[in-house]
Amino acid sequence: MQHYLYLIPALPLLGFLVLSMAGKRLSRNLIAGIGAGSICVSALIALITSASFLQSPPATGAYRQVLWHWFVTGHLSADVSLRMDALSLVFICIITFIGALIHIYSIAFMREDRDYARFFASMNLFVCAMLTLVMADNLVLMYLGWEGVGLCSYLLIGFWYETPANYRAANKAFVITRIGDTAMIIGLFLLFKELGTLYIPDILAKAPQQFSSGAHTITLIALLLLSGGIGKSAQLPLQTWLPDAMAGPSPVSALIHAATMVTAGVYLIARMHTLFELSPIAMQVTAIIGAVTLFIAGCSAMVQTDIKRILAYSTISQIGYMFLALGVGAWSAAIFHFFTHAFFKALLFLAAGAVIETLHHEHDIFKMGGLRKKMPVIFYTFTIGAAALAALPLVTAGFFSKDQILWYAWSANGGHPVLWALALMGAFITAFYSTRLILVVFWGEMKTTPGHLPGNAMTIPLVILAFFSVAVGWIEWPHNIMHVSLFSELVQQALPTTIMKGDLPHEIVFQFIAVVVSLLGIYTGYVLYYGQSELLMRWKQSDGLMNVRHFLYKGWKFDQLYDMLLVRPFMFITGINKSDVSDKLYTAIANANLYLNRIFSVSQNGSLRWYVTGVLIGILFIITLQLLL
Amino acid sequence: MSTLHAHTVLIVAAILFVLGLAGVLTRKNIIFMLLSIEIMLNAAGLAFVAAGSRWQQPDGQVMYLFILAMAAAEVSVALALVLQIQHQHKTLDVEELKELKD
Repeated sequence: MQHYLYLIPALPLLGFLVLSMAGKRLSRNLIAGIGAGSICVSALIALITSASFLQSPPATGAYRQVLWHWFVTGHLSADVSLRMDALSLVFICIITFIGALIHIYSIAFMREDRDYARFFASMNLFVCAMLTLVMADNLVLMYLGWEGVGLCSYLLIGFWYETPANYRAANKAFVITRIGDTAMIIGLFLLFKELGTLYIPDILAKAPQQFSSGAHTITLIALLLLSGGIGKSAQLPLQTWLPDAMAGPSPVSALIHAATMVTAGVYLIARMHTLFELSPIAMQVTAIIGAVTLFIAGCSAMVQTDIKRILAYSTISQIGYMFLALGVGAWSAAIFHFFTHAFFKALLFLAAGAVIETLHHEHDIFKMGGLRKKMPVIFYTFTIGAAALAALPLVTAGFFSKDQILWYAWSANGGHPVLWALALMGAFITAFYSTRLILVVFWGEMKTTPGHLPGNAMTIPLVILAFFSVAVGWIEWPHNIMHVSLFSELVQQALPTTIMKGDLPHEIVFQFIAVVVSLLGIYTGYVLYYGQSELLMRWKQSDGLMNVRHFLYKGWKFDQLYDMLLVRPFMFITGINKSDVSDKLYTAIANANLYLNRIFSVSQNGSLRWYVTGVLIGILFIITLQLLL
Repeated sequence: MSTLHAHTVLIVAAILFVLGLAGVLTRKNIIFMLLSIEIMLNAAGLAFVAAGSRWQQPDGQVMYLFILAMAAAEVSVALALVLQIQHQHKTLDVEELKELKD
């Protein structure tokens, strides 16, 4: 089966090539067929390959396919070679499967857009780049995918580039992720300098022999790689690009948030887990960044009014959970949360896109309302997604994954009560804003009359995603409730098991607290936005609370902070050197030429007689010279 | 038939050439300037013929034929230009034709 591995990224690439070369000449149906079809076939191949992988796992633990030698310089040789082990299997399946559903949804969603072919071409390239990232077996090829993902996010966030805000958002996303990318490539250079290889299995094998635990070099490398992950995964302090990235079409947001792009950081850290395990400091930093990010982003999500910005902040917050889990060493819990999150976040974004489209591009949730009866399919699927986000106990996938992370945040070797408390507060906030979102959008009185309702092509992917948002949780139960752990058994073929602390309280206590907290969050949302909205009105009167609200609404004013700390000083420095000093020499040369030109152009006076005299003088000069010499 | 010394002929050629040159430099009318150029060409041809007879070689006369052919071509092009100039500017005074000035 591994001979077909190359088809998984190659088909989307083929789709991209066909659509970008001949997209203008193809009919809309053909474009949709190529764009969505390539991903669907790729998903099918991925699923079949995974099935054969699960049935008879290869002896080496991974399928590998070397396609060709990319380049060899000195000691560095990079192959274009693909690898599928248990970790990348999870990512490949999510990327292709959810990617395929998003593409099918887009066929209907983008139907009216004039750049139909450009949209599908960019989407295909996006999926291809992400697949390259997760399937690469050396870091050079992985970096190619990594940058490809950055490029495609730029293309798609700025898809409607006529609006200035959109291309600014695209630039912002590109520049901010670039900061992380730069740190990451320096990390790769260091890694190559120290270990002499960028082949991933070699790195994982050599690193423990080369470095002692906690050595400075390995800490530096791990922190640099972490910075790369932070940039792509929109964690503190590089999280500001993601809320603005909502400028793109809704399917793009779904693809960025669920299947591609933001999970790249999680994948990188999980892939390089040996390096992180060797550096306790890097692990702690990862956990702290995750915990703080999930709290900060959650707070911002509570007060947003744009439906897509709420979801964007909730993504930052959920990725924060994954980073927290990675940081405390709960590898499989992080990947499991990625797995469940992909389904319900794709579902939420696609459903939000359907709501926005039906309400004539209305983004403000307070101008929605009362859609429960009008669009029942969207309502039910959206509610399932929001329930999974809020981690509604036992019936949703989000509960199983988040509960694991909460438990490990306390009990794993790197865990700490403070991290657990932050994660718990995050769980409360998540439940609160999910409830708020549902109540404000679907209950109450109707404020905007819905237009044309979405068709089957848009609702069927939603139903499928809703089914999985519930069902995928059941493959991994908490140890003390039921002994089903299919997911962690799979992932632990590639990742180490979680090391636990000694003498711990009963897990059931923590589960109980987590359940109570998320229910409490839902109840608070219910009370404030459905039961007693007078309380909310009273809060709105108070200036202090409104200032806090504004502060959170602006995402803790990180944009303003960066503007003050980085952008303004930079503009100031460039302002000083406006008349570029190093340019002086070159402008001087140009000016001298202009001056000489002005002098000599006097001689071009149009008089034929003058020219003849000139020629004559020249001839006499040459003849005299000949006679003299 | 008295023999001419080559340098006598060359002096005549030089005088002719200078006369032509003076014509080009002083005349205002384009047609007269063209005539002067013809005189200069003939001066050069005469010099070639004189040199050919001095060394008893046919090259001088061959060169004269070339000069003749070139002069014919030059005149035909130049007269066509003169016609056009007259047609467009209603004058043949070179002092007036200064449109190519910078």
